[in-house]
Amino acid sequence: MDMLDGLRKRFGVAMAGKSPWGGSSGGGSDGQGPGGEGGDSGSGPATGGDKKGPRNPWLPGGGDGPRRSANIEDIFKNRGPEGPRRTGGPRGPNFNLPRRPGGGSWLPVLVVGIVSVGLLVSMAHQIAPREQAIVTWLGGKYSHTLEPGFNITMPYPIHQVDREDVREIRLERIPEGTEQKLILTGDQNLANVSYIIRWNIKDLRLFRFQLDDPLTTIKDVAESAMRAAVAEKTLDQTFSGAGRADIEERVMRRMQALLDAYRSGVTIQGVDINKTDPPGEVLDAFRDVSVAEQDANAAMNRSRATAQRILSQAEGETEAFDKVYEQYRLAPEVTRQRLYYETMERVLRETDKTVVETGGVTTYLPLPEIRKRAQERPAAAAAAPTPTPAREQ
Amino acid sequence: METLWQDHKRSIIAVGVLLVLVLSSLFVVPEDEQAVIIRAGQPVSVVNRFAPDRNFGEAGAGLYFRIPVVDRVQRIDRKVLNVTMQPQEVLTSDQQRLKVDAYARFRIIDPVQTVRAAGTTDGVIRQLEPVLISVLRQELGRRSFASLLTAERGDAMVNIRRKLDEQAREYGAQIIDVRIARTDLPEGRPLESAFVRMRTEREREAEAIRAEGDRAARVIRAEADAEAARIYANSYGKDANFYDFYRAMQSYDATFGPGEGKGESSIILSPDNEYLRQFRGQR
Repeated sequence: MDMLDGLRKRFGVAMAGKSPWGGSSGGGSDGQGPGGEGGDSGSGPATGGDKKGPRNPWLPGGGDGPRRSANIEDIFKNRGPEGPRRTGGPRGPNFNLPRRPGGGSWLPVLVVGIVSVGLLVSMAHQIAPREQAIVTWLGGKYSHTLEPGFNITMPYPIHQVDREDVREIRLERIPEGTEQKLILTGDQNLANVSYIIRWNIKDLRLFRFQLDDPLTTIKDVAESAMRAAVAEKTLDQTFSGAGRADIEERVMRRMQALLDAYRSGVTIQGVDINKTDPPGEVLDAFRDVSVAEQDANAAMNRSRATAQRILSQAEGETEAFDKVYEQYRLAPEVTRQRLYYETMERVLRETDKTVVETGGVTTYLPLPEIRKRAQERPAAAAAAPTPTPAREQ
Repeated sequence: METLWQDHKRSIIAVGVLLVLVLSSLFVVPEDEQAVIIRAGQPVSVVNRFAPDRNFGEAGAGLYFRIPVVDRVQRIDRKVLNVTMQPQEVLTSDQQRLKVDAYARFRIIDPVQTVRAAGTTDGVIRQLEPVLISVLRQELGRRSFASLLTAERGDAMVNIRRKLDEQAREYGAQIIDVRIARTDLPEGRPLESAFVRMRTEREREAEAIRAEGDRAARVIRAEADAEAARIYANSYGKDANFYDFYRAMQSYDATFGPGEGKGESSIILSPDNEYLRQFRGQR
């Protein structure tokens, strides 16, 4: 009974695809599901709604009173020469099978031909090098596995062939979207980890029959292995390149061990950690750490520059001194005198000089006068104005 | 067509009835299912029962007959099945809350027991979930937060598996494996405080890095100053007397000499001044 149900469902689905009343028109459908068997009921296409929807192409055109539903005899009748065109094609509306020389019909020959071709096609199987196929008997009993190459099996309903690309590397992204996946690390911090599992089918037979839901199993195992691996690391190790490589390696090994224990028929090709980030909630604080590192480096660089300047200055000054001192040593007294006079020249050339004979003479220092001059000069030279000294009244 | 119908009405009907009869007494057991035949409410036999030593294709999947109407066929999964636990909050021995979700993989090894105790495969899954939850809570509640995060999990899982397996046998199931998929901090306070702790830890780290940078910068400066002092001493120390004179000359130049931004200076010289020694013409 169950198999009948199955067949009917399958047929129903196939009908739904082809049915001219298929869900989109809405007019012909009268609540009998997706148009599957609506055609047999008689009520479906005869309702008024039919006029809006597409018409049944298998029925004769209107004008012959209330339309009956299509039944099997109508369909056979319409195949005659006077019936409406069944299929489009170059033969036109008066499609007819040519007669055999003996006057018999080609129809049986054609049917036998089509059936045998169909049988042959369903018996021969070309399995590509990357594929495996499992053959099951009618009813689902496992028969054998087809390896790549040309294979012959029993025709379709007796042997069913289910082929699958076993080399194809499949990817599972965890998490699938962009949401955070927080994993607790060994030092009880949280890391936002996203990773990809690459896997393929090792043994199609196990993959098909052993696990209820291999994909969910792979994801669960990955989740479990990843959390266990991250929990063995500290947060900083999780972020470091070496730590990540180690986690990838451990997750892969653990996953393979578990999946083998489940006899899942799956090989894990690799685990790739896309990123390990701090959780979004504390990202700023983490960024501030690297900013702080930059700041510290900047401070040190500034110090190094200053240090360089100080040292260069010291070296320059002492070198100048050394040079002069070298000369001084050759002729100490003369050099000393020369330096003295040269300096005094430079100094006294630019200053106001007053020579005062001391003793008995009361000197009057015209300080306001001097100040006035001092004010005028920078103004005349258009230099930066010096702060105005308070005038003495 | 119509003549065919007219002529063979009876035989067509007979064939149809026979077909329906045959089809309703046939049933199919695929490789991944076991079937329990129930006659008058009692399980009488099992088809394609799971046995660890038999490979696929040898266990008895295929086409079978039953007595229509009398026999009912209950299908039970033969694959490894999955119980997933909804995330649960668990209180650890050190009074921390942890959100845990776990899964168990099991297989039905005694379909008759399953049919008696739970009816269907889904029934088993529904029954096992609360058991998994309670076993997990019991077992994890004895452990500390830190130990749950690390490898000690393995030991806990063995206990949980054993306990769950004992209960699962009553439903004809065998537990293959129990794993904790996720251990998370519960939303709200615990998660928030973890974030706060992480944040403050990083703030402290940033502060330390900045201070360290500051310290290193100062040291670099001081070292340069010391080195400069050494260079000066090394050079000037050769003749302190001459240095005094030389530096004084430089200083006069800098103080009174020509240059931008210097205050105007007036110098009142006494004729006794050393500079004016020759001015007097004395010898």
